[in-house]
Amino acid sequence: MTPEDLQAVTLTLKLASITTLVLLCIATPLAWWLAHSRSWYKGLVAAMVALPLVLPPTVLGFYLLLLMGPQGMVGEITRALGIGALPFTFSGLVVGSVLFSLPFAVQPIQNAFEAMGKRPLEVAATLRATPWDRFISVALPLARPGFLTATILAFAHTVGEFGVVLMLGGSIPGETQVLSVAIYSHVEAMEYGEAHWLAGGMVLFSFLVLLGLYRVGGNWAKGAR
Amino acid sequence: MTWLRVHLKMQQGSFELDAQFSAPPVGVTALFGPSGSGKSTLLRCIAGLEQGHGWLRVNGVPWQDETTFMPVHKRPLGYVFQEASLFPHLSVRANLEYGYKRIAAAQRKVQPEQVIDWLGLSHLVDRHDATSLSGGERQRVAIGRALLVSPELLLMDEPLSALDTQSKQEILPYLERLHRELQIPMLYVSHDMGEVARLADHLVLLKNGKVIASGDVRETLSRLDLPTAHFDDAGAVIEAKVAQQDEKYHLTRLDFAGGELWVSRVEQPFGTTMRARVLARDVSIATQVPHGSSINNILNARIEEIRDEGVDKVLVRLRVGEAQQLLARITRRSRDHLGLVDGMYVCAQVKSVALMS
Repeated sequence: MTPEDLQAVTLTLKLASITTLVLLCIATPLAWWLAHSRSWYKGLVAAMVALPLVLPPTVLGFYLLLLMGPQGMVGEITRALGIGALPFTFSGLVVGSVLFSLPFAVQPIQNAFEAMGKRPLEVAATLRATPWDRFISVALPLARPGFLTATILAFAHTVGEFGVVLMLGGSIPGETQVLSVAIYSHVEAMEYGEAHWLAGGMVLFSFLVLLGLYRVGGNWAKGAR
Repeated sequence: MTWLRVHLKMQQGSFELDAQFSAPPVGVTALFGPSGSGKSTLLRCIAGLEQGHGWLRVNGVPWQDETTFMPVHKRPLGYVFQEASLFPHLSVRANLEYGYKRIAAAQRKVQPEQVIDWLGLSHLVDRHDATSLSGGERQRVAIGRALLVSPELLLMDEPLSALDTQSKQEILPYLERLHRELQIPMLYVSHDMGEVARLADHLVLLKNGKVIASGDVRETLSRLDLPTAHFDDAGAVIEAKVAQQDEKYHLTRLDFAGGELWVSRVEQPFGTTMRARVLARDVSIATQVPHGSSINNILNARIEEIRDEGVDKVLVRLRVGEAQQLLARITRRSRDHLGLVDGMYVCAQVKSVALMS
């Protein structure tokens, strides 16, 4: 493996870790709201969250590029805040990855919140727990399998993304050149040997992740009763 | 003695709850009615788990009125749900102590060890997985968990209906002890006449979301104008004290104002108050003291009211002594044959007495 490849691996892991953390922070309240809201625009929000599931990543990347570019709405805001334009930066990749993997984080958590039903929270309320206390002491522990699934899926999905990254980040080594882009570059340059190393590693990684996921899923089913 | 006063309304689809009643500060008040009568909804409104309209005062404190709605976690209540609903991620002890830990030390009137001992949970308390308990054990833990918040009012939503007969028999004595020994007023939702006769002191009868009657359980269960008197297992509740033990025939005499009842031997000290239930179908009427009868319990009674029931039966409300009432279900033919009318003095023959505590 070349030092550049190694850099791509570290960058990918860094991107996936940060994206996952950001996602958990955003997805938890969103999933809670989606699980409990009875408002008419719940369907609208749910559809928007799920959109990255069906959109080609290039479409998402394209619009993000326009939005976050110097002339885009988001771009103007970031420039006014002194952050500068986000495309072709690591921060831009994080934003893109978060949006792209949002449904993978929201849906398992939402399912877990829905599966536990209202009853445990009602019980906690009759036992003097405040709403926040109920969330921390009952909802979070009971939704743990959902969080585990969300974490694994969000991380793995970010590691595996290509289209959004390429559109939004290009291929700047150390800044935006992640694994999938590095593989693509190797193949374009006919460096099949190097591509094999990275691609094979990805296959192994993905397999292990899924293996872990199904074991969690199995325990979940057993624990649910 | 209106310690608890409720007038709550709620619309749920086509169902309308509009219930008004009051309850005394002692004993068990049963909310009784067929399924769909709104009794569980009413209980949930009282707990604050549903928000209806109207008002609710407990011990002088407004839990709900036009301007206030006290959130559930601020109401000093204990709630036992139909299913035990233990927290699956907590051990049995952590379940028991969940609410206990959340109230101020000064408010704790009972300690976990007392409740554990009292509900016979000592061998279960160290289980890590609360879901591994049997149905009856789970419900006992749920009752203990509710008691450990030292509630001013204990709400029970059909706590036995999800259990099999054996588990029910396992829990009932605990509920009776709760009733006898703890000074916590209880609202007890049930659709089981046997449970109500056994546990309740006060009865609130619901039908289609409305309260159709409310009062002392002995009075209310003997009212012929209410549907409860016409159930197949309708009957009167008698509270009587252990007065004599008959060693030879292995019987016990129970005394109540207006008479006495001989029942199968009960191993209770003299003076213990027992609750007995006499079903209307187990009472027959004679105009003279019968001779040569195998029936042990023959009470002097006065006919207070007679009401037709179905095509062939009549239900007779009898007064025994000052305060006690009995129901007798007899055929219309017997009524005419014996010429039974209101105000007549008769003998009530009690074929069987079910002791309940």
